[in-house]
Amino acid sequence: MQRAIIAGIAIAILCSTIGLFLVLRRYSLFGDAIAHSSFGGIALGLMAGVYPLWTAYGVSIVSALIITRIKDKFNISGDASIAVLLSSGIAVGLVIIGLSGGFTINIFSFLFGSILLVSINDTILILTLTGIILIVILLLYRQLLYSTFNEEQAKVSGIPVEKINYLVVFMAGVIVVTSIQLVGVLLISALFVIPNVTAIMYGRGFKQTALISMGFSIFSVVAGILISYIFNITPAGTIVLFAIGLFACTIGIKSAGLLSKT
Amino acid sequence: MQLIVEIKNLTVEYPGVKALENVSFSVNQGDFLGIIGPNGAGKSTLFSCMLGLQTKYQGTIKFFGQDIKKSQHYLKEIGYVPQKPIFEKNFPATVNDIVRMGLRKESDECKIDEILQQLWIHELRKRRIGELSAGQQQRVFIAKALVNNPKILILDEPVTGIDQQSIDLFYSILTELNSKQNITIIWSSHDLDAVNQLANHVACLNRTLFFHGESDDFFKNPELVKQYSESSMQEHMHNH
Repeated sequence: MQRAIIAGIAIAILCSTIGLFLVLRRYSLFGDAIAHSSFGGIALGLMAGVYPLWTAYGVSIVSALIITRIKDKFNISGDASIAVLLSSGIAVGLVIIGLSGGFTINIFSFLFGSILLVSINDTILILTLTGIILIVILLLYRQLLYSTFNEEQAKVSGIPVEKINYLVVFMAGVIVVTSIQLVGVLLISALFVIPNVTAIMYGRGFKQTALISMGFSIFSVVAGILISYIFNITPAGTIVLFAIGLFACTIGIKSAGLLSKT
Repeated sequence: MQLIVEIKNLTVEYPGVKALENVSFSVNQGDFLGIIGPNGAGKSTLFSCMLGLQTKYQGTIKFFGQDIKKSQHYLKEIGYVPQKPIFEKNFPATVNDIVRMGLRKESDECKIDEILQQLWIHELRKRRIGELSAGQQQRVFIAKALVNNPKILILDEPVTGIDQQSIDLFYSILTELNSKQNITIIWSSHDLDAVNQLANHVACLNRTLFFHGESDDFFKNPELVKQYSESSMQEHMHNH
């Protein structure tokens, strides 16, 4: 349980942080697309007898970078490229699973998450990745923020926008696969999107919004894990329901005019 | 007078159409150049080439004597205010956040307050950018462009969609930046009256450059003004 909470908090921080950049770039479903492409990687790993998350990392990151390159080079819209990535990942996964003899318990744990079963090694990996990614974001904060706000102006100010975009995609790929253990392939985008959409309604500045989002994400994860443990229900769904609950409350508060105009 | 911008035989072609054809002009330090021309004349294309956003062109563009295709260091000396920056209305960034984006060194934090006060937007610094009026937003983008003490300010039709009071304030700020701080201003506009009042040099663009010289030489020649007033240029463009 302790490992689950620690790993869950780290994942909450990662998802909310990179998710804010994705949401503001109108890439809200990009996390979902990477997660679906990781499904193909997981299936590949299970068939090959390799630890599935390693193959998932490889497949997700490579496919995300490729689709980003194709989108830029051939001027394909963001939502269309997400659809291509999403469907190709699932398709590959389904074919491989079919060839391997069908769905197993292992596959279900990746589809829906299994944070309560997270190992010490996995926890260490998650914490290490959290530290590295947060350091990268802090070091490149201005470049990430400027290129998210307006790519053209960022380019004129000398920021290598294309490289920054690939970096965001790379980090999103790493975080998605890392987070699969918490909420699974099917619900991972919820952690990227919902806390951030909620936080944007509260925060004024970017850092304030990011911190609020982190708070909402951590609350959802911790509350979700504890409640799921007590009542023996799936953590992934519980976590996402808490996130949705916060969003719904915020909508209610805003509708009642109790939230200052943002 | 130091020559800081030199453009020679700039041509930009897209399939079936030439956006710019053999455009050549130069700008000296301290100039206030107004580039006038109708919609589709190539003003934004010209700026895209000058700012390195458009790299497929023929001819040469030099800033401070350096060909911009060989080095991008000149961008450090440029502040750019686009026509109408597109961003999410609820983007969670305050005025302070936006201006800070323009900073290249964190040690220059104190400049932000100084510039916000200079542009009369200091009291707005904690407001979200999406909450401001168009005129206020443009002043924020000027502040962002100025925060690194640029030698050149490039503005692409910066007063589109802004109320007259804000426009007047905006123009008075530009005049002060040019006259007191010797910042070179290259500015595209439809407004001949404003260009007449503010600019000391004029360039008339409609895919090619029809005039480049001192404002007085242009505006004191009624035939030139009539020929290159916006409605005339629209007709000319259709026949071009």
